[in-house]
Amino acid sequence: MADIVLDKVGKRFPDGTVAVRDVDLEIADGEFVILVGPSGCGKSTTLNMIAGLEDISSGELRIGGQRVNDKAPRDRDIAMVFQSYALYPNMTVRENMAFPLRLAKLDKETINSKVEEAAKVLELTPLLDRRPANLSGGQRQRVAMGRAIVRQPKAFLMDEPLSNLDAKLRVQMRTVVSRLQKQLGTTTVYVTHDQTEAMTLGDRVVIMRGGAVQQVGPPQELYDHPRNLFVAGFIGSPSMNFLHAAVQDGKLRTAVGDVPIGDRIRRGLEAGDAPRELILGIRPEHFEDAELVDDDTRRRGLEFEAPVDIVESMGSDKYVYFTVEGERASAAELEELAADAGADFSGGGAGLVTRLSAESAVREGESRRVWFNLEKIHLFDPSTGRNLTLHEGRSSGALAD
Amino acid sequence: MAETTTRAKLRWGLLDVIVVVFALVPVLWIASLSFKTPGTLTDGRFWPREWTLDNYRTIFETDQFVRALANSIGIALIATAIAVVLGAMAAYAISRLDFPGKKLLVGVSLLIAMFPQVSLVSPLFEIERQLGLFDTWPGLILPYITFALPLAIYTLSAFFKQIPWDLEKAAKMDGATQGQAFRRVIAPLAAPGLFTTAILVFIFCWNDFLFAITLTSTERARTVPVALSFFTGESQFEDPTGAICAAAVVITVPIILFVLFFQRRIVSGLTSGAVKG
Ligand SMILES: Nc1ncnc2c1ncn2[C@@H]1O[C@H](COP(=O)(O)OP(=O)(O)OP(=O)(O)O)[C@@H](O)[C@H]1O
Ligand SMILES: [Mg+2]
Repeated sequence: MADIVLDKVGKRFPDGTVAVRDVDLEIADGEFVILVGPSGCGKSTTLNMIAGLEDISSGELRIGGQRVNDKAPRDRDIAMVFQSYALYPNMTVRENMAFPLRLAKLDKETINSKVEEAAKVLELTPLLDRRPANLSGGQRQRVAMGRAIVRQPKAFLMDEPLSNLDAKLRVQMRTVVSRLQKQLGTTTVYVTHDQTEAMTLGDRVVIMRGGAVQQVGPPQELYDHPRNLFVAGFIGSPSMNFLHAAVQDGKLRTAVGDVPIGDRIRRGLEAGDAPRELILGIRPEHFEDAELVDDDTRRRGLEFEAPVDIVESMGSDKYVYFTVEGERASAAELEELAADAGADFSGGGAGLVTRLSAESAVREGESRRVWFNLEKIHLFDPSTGRNLTLHEGRSSGALAD
Repeated sequence: MAETTTRAKLRWGLLDVIVVVFALVPVLWIASLSFKTPGTLTDGRFWPREWTLDNYRTIFETDQFVRALANSIGIALIATAIAVVLGAMAAYAISRLDFPGKKLLVGVSLLIAMFPQVSLVSPLFEIERQLGLFDTWPGLILPYITFALPLAIYTLSAFFKQIPWDLEKAAKMDGATQGQAFRRVIAPLAAPGLFTTAILVFIFCWNDFLFAITLTSTERARTVPVALSFFTGESQFEDPTGAICAAAVVITVPIILFVLFFQRRIVSGLTSGAVKG
């Protein structure tokens, strides 16, 4: 058990690539922290530096209060689960799990009882004498976990441990990981690509981009109060809608109508260098079919009408895609997000993704009046990506004065 | 469909038989000769009319052959062991690390492998005489290692490259030192490669004639292939053919044993199940 502190940790590879820059992160004892970000943002490199598999180029890494920059992995007392499982194919499951204990020179009986215990927790007992080649993906994954937990290390590091499993197994293993971590209370750093894993597993999520930390916080906070355009677009599925917004005559001219500027927004805009061109961000669930909104709610938002493109009924609610006119929002972050998400990403385009109630009678092809909640909108500076609606009082929306 | 496969099988079978016969007939012929008496040696029959073990008795009675056999076994084993160990370390470094001069190292070892050995024989002879290595075991072991190393490095680095790097990282995380990770995780997985290399190197050392004849002069270090060429028989008047054949049969035995012994350890597909790719 120990806390892990990254103090301005950076990584520069011999070929000049800066994979990680000045990462500051304090992971409390027993905390479950998720590292998430697009491919190539330096998640694995960060994890490998904590593990000791990569040298730290700059900054300091402390585990349990002790500087470990120059310690070999074996002296850091940390266990790691690899994406590829990395089981020793020449050993049985039992030998695989016993390997770290044998290296630690424990006596046979202790080793045996520890292995049996870990096997029981992970339901591996009947498989103990098999070799990895004769196991299914999920079983291999559990053996890899088993090998990590037998040693009762100070911390667990996991690099996309579930990404090789099929969707159903992944959900199952997610709960296994979650339960295991709670049960053992061991500090865990978990790298993932997966939105759901990031949102559901950890106590805190660290969002990285291009080797730098964008925001650290509990999942809900990142979702509700993204510090910048990148975080806003990265967290959430379907992701936030981004629209071009121009400040004109005390209003924001956007493709979904003129948005009034509340006092708090105005203050943000007046503060120094705020630009005249902005990006408006609205999450899909903050839209609603105008017919289904009561008067009280209606006052807190704005309505507009737009042609319906596609309706996807999910049972519990409906994903409705609208086409709106007007300029596309453009920013470096949005392009990066689009590239990372491939064709799925709809945030940067002129399309609008909304999540409406299942009761909505919306049909494809018609034009529909839609309401959206002004209290929940975000405004971003296109050049810096900064969220301008995020002030001291954090939860402030455009109208909440 | 079934017809074509049986026909194909027959064709392949026939081809295999032809190849095997082609390769084995001379060997069997020599074996047959080694069992013949001097009188029937030239009767041209494949199957000996009169069986005798005299030839074998003769070669084992001559000190010459026994000494040569001991030299051969000793020199080949030592050279193989050293070449495989050094080769394994070099190959491991080449397959895992990026260090300055790596390309040069690989290039130079290729160069050594391609260098015509005949042109090195005279200089080596001079050098070894100056150094006092001439006609000693090290005098043969050293050049054997030199020429076996490129071979060892090439075969082994191919094997090491197949082993997932994650396994080594996992071993380090599990508390292994670099050495332990290599010995307990990487080496067992590279075992097929190590054995294959050992066989190839051993055969190379065992069969060498060129170095053995130029760098030795007495029974001190003379190996079997050379000793065979010096075979004269018991007396001047005796035809040594039978004895030479017997010796030739005897020296193939260690090779066969060596291959059989290691072949069982060459279990391919040992790395399957390590990682999900
Ligand atoms: N050995 C290396 N030499 C040079 N650059 C490297 C090396 N290893 C990684 N990089 C670079 O460092 C950056 C971060 O890599 P890293 O593996 O940490 O990404 P990641 O966030 O784990 O991505 P993914 O989600 O695809 O696994 C990448 O741009 C990568 O190209
Ligand atoms: Mg990675």
